Amino acid sequence: MTKSELIDALAARRPDLTKARAELVVNCVFDAMVEALQRGEGIEIRGFGSFTVRPYKPYSGRNPRTGEPVDVPAKRLPFFKVGKELKEIVNGSRHLPITGGKDDDH
Amino acid sequence: MTKAEIVQALYSKVGGFSRKESAELVDLVFEMMKDTLGKGEKIKVSGFGNFVLRDKRQRPGRNPQTGQPINISERRVLTFKASQILKLALNLRAGAVANGGSAFGATGSDSAATED
Repeated sequence: MTKSELIDALAARRPDLTKARAELVVNCVFDAMVEALQRGEGIEIRGFGSFTVRPYKPYSGRNPRTGEPVDVPAKRLPFFKVGKELKEIVNGSRHLPITGGKDDDH
Repeated sequence: MTKAEIVQALYSKVGGFSRKESAELVDLVFEMMKDTLGKGEKIKVSGFGNFVLRDKRQRPGRNPQTGQPINISERRVLTFKASQILKLALNLRAGAVANGGSAFGATGSDSAATED
């Protein structure tokens, strides 16, 4: 499922909602979450999971292709911890094949 | 941030929904995501990240408290892979391209299509 499929699914579930309005809703939800993470604030959605921002110290790494040393600056990365309920729901789907395309494309 | 604050953001930023409707819609978005993942289907949200499912084989482990060897049963787990756009958004520095605004255009159909 992609974001636009999520928008379609929301519009289908709520016939009172146009697709354009459904798009505003979904975008607003993710915008609010991005803004919270940008402020360094965690997000907790009960039954779903929580997002936190983890700080990483600077380190010197290497360009894996050339072997050249590079300084990696300090950074913040988001981290997601699956909620208990969702964890159980996901594990309960073990008998089903995993669908929805490759992992690594955005 | 809690779900209530996301509801508040929806109520105040997108006009035309009552508080009750805003709460129902936010609930519905997360419920639909849960249902999708519960059907074994991954979710990709451009500009935010991917919710990826992985099947883990049974493997030996240890109780970290006692050191007792135990068996970790096979399981399906959910991991989140943050998008490059989100990672950049968390690391905006002075001098970097300032794009403090919405990662998701309020109007465009697929505003984050440039992500790849």
